[in-house]
Amino acid sequence: MIDLHSLTFAYPYNSPLFENFSLSISRGETWSILGPSGCGKTSLLYLLAGLRKPTSGEIKIDGELLTRPRPHSGLILQDYGLLPWSTVYENVELGLRVRKFYGADGKHTPENYLPKNNVNLWLERLGLGEVAEKFPAQISGGQRQRTAIARTLALEPDLLLMDEPFSSLDAITREDLQNLTLSLCAEQNLTLVIVTHAIEEAIALGEKILLLGDAPNKTAKVFENPNAGKSEYRTSQEYRELCNSLWKEMQHETA
Amino acid sequence: MKRRDVLLAATGLAVIWQVASMIVNRPILPAPWDVLVVFVKELSNGLLIHFGVSLWRVTAGMLISVLVAAPAGLAIGASKTANRLLSPIIYLLYPIPKVVFVPVVLLFLGIGDTAKITLIVLILFFQIIVLVRDQAVGIPPQLLQSLQSLGAGRRALFRFIYLPASLPAILTALRQSIGTAVAVLYISELFATKYGLGYYIYYNGSTLFNYPAMYAGVVAMSLLGLGMYFSVDWLERKWCKWKFVS
Repeated sequence: MIDLHSLTFAYPYNSPLFENFSLSISRGETWSILGPSGCGKTSLLYLLAGLRKPTSGEIKIDGELLTRPRPHSGLILQDYGLLPWSTVYENVELGLRVRKFYGADGKHTPENYLPKNNVNLWLERLGLGEVAEKFPAQISGGQRQRTAIARTLALEPDLLLMDEPFSSLDAITREDLQNLTLSLCAEQNLTLVIVTHAIEEAIALGEKILLLGDAPNKTAKVFENPNAGKSEYRTSQEYRELCNSLWKEMQHETA
Repeated sequence: MKRRDVLLAATGLAVIWQVASMIVNRPILPAPWDVLVVFVKELSNGLLIHFGVSLWRVTAGMLISVLVAAPAGLAIGASKTANRLLSPIIYLLYPIPKVVFVPVVLLFLGIGDTAKITLIVLILFFQIIVLVRDQAVGIPPQLLQSLQSLGAGRRALFRFIYLPASLPAILTALRQSIGTAVAVLYISELFATKYGLGYYIYYNGSTLFNYPAMYAGVVAMSLLGLGMYFSVDWLERKWCKWKFVS
């Protein structure tokens, strides 16, 4: 589904974060991108979202060259990106309003897009019905993140990109939302790419874990983790062993 | 601001005024009660018309300022290039006391309302453009990126982020400008008009030496400003509900 071919990316006047970097992600897979601060994991996510352009090389999604944000990709950021002046309902509706604003132009909105209002459905699905009329400042961090997820899923994406979405949540809420994300991905057949700096989260969510190290990243170091998302996995010996080996790898990468 | 607090403050000021007028004990500072009596009498004797004319001029000036300066501030704040090129021009023009342009404005725009409203616009324009520009510059990039990821291009960013984000700044700029606008209104009404509170105050104070009437005009001007403060507060509560939630 996603093909990165000989990707090089650098911010102006900075040394490259990626150099001749290639990676392939298949439809329906869940991927965690793990790495220390400054390794380029968020930049990679923004590249996949079409919000940054490669310095050289190319990114193809479903065979099409990515040059701008793609209508079928959904991005969820660390601070949720909710509009503080809009209610939870209006925030969930936002993507649909943007699509209505442009119409089915094939650029901002899919060409075959038929307007529909599934806001209430997603509000109920994510347990936000009771806070629909509240503003983001009036609800909890977990509810804000649910709102951001509902807003993205209301657009029926096929690719979900998440940038450390659960980092500011308490442990219980975090695990609850991680499980919810995985079940929604399975249910909607979404491809998930999640950026995190937490090893436990990377293992809990990603069937494949891409470990990035000190820039420039030249080759994709991928760890297979087929049991991600399975119940009881978090308490298994296998989980702990992978945590340990990833920890050692990260130390080695940044040494 | 609660109405009860305003009433208390007004009572307090009236007491100080009463004491001051007793100490001065001259016609140039009549007691508040005398002014109030004249104020009520003058309302039906032309003061209401002067009030209406001033209200129209200052409201039109503020509205035009918002309509011109807010989009300009947004455009400058949303584009780094525009900000780099145009902000120095704004900074050069902002500190010039616009009142010095009264003769120029009168010369070019004549003696009608256009000149008076233009003068108000000249002053408010810069206050609003700077506040709205700062607001637009300060919008968190995550907010813009998250909307871009939902498919938004430049037009949708303006519609769904820049415009609503700048509303509080516009209202703050308006609130800050009310005092200046009313002061400029007074100056603009000193010239080439027979209507408006500025004219009424000046005519009664300097030509007729009717001090109670002059103070009645001052009270009317203060009420004009107060009414505008309340209106902006009301608009803020209506349009920016999110700012008032706990």
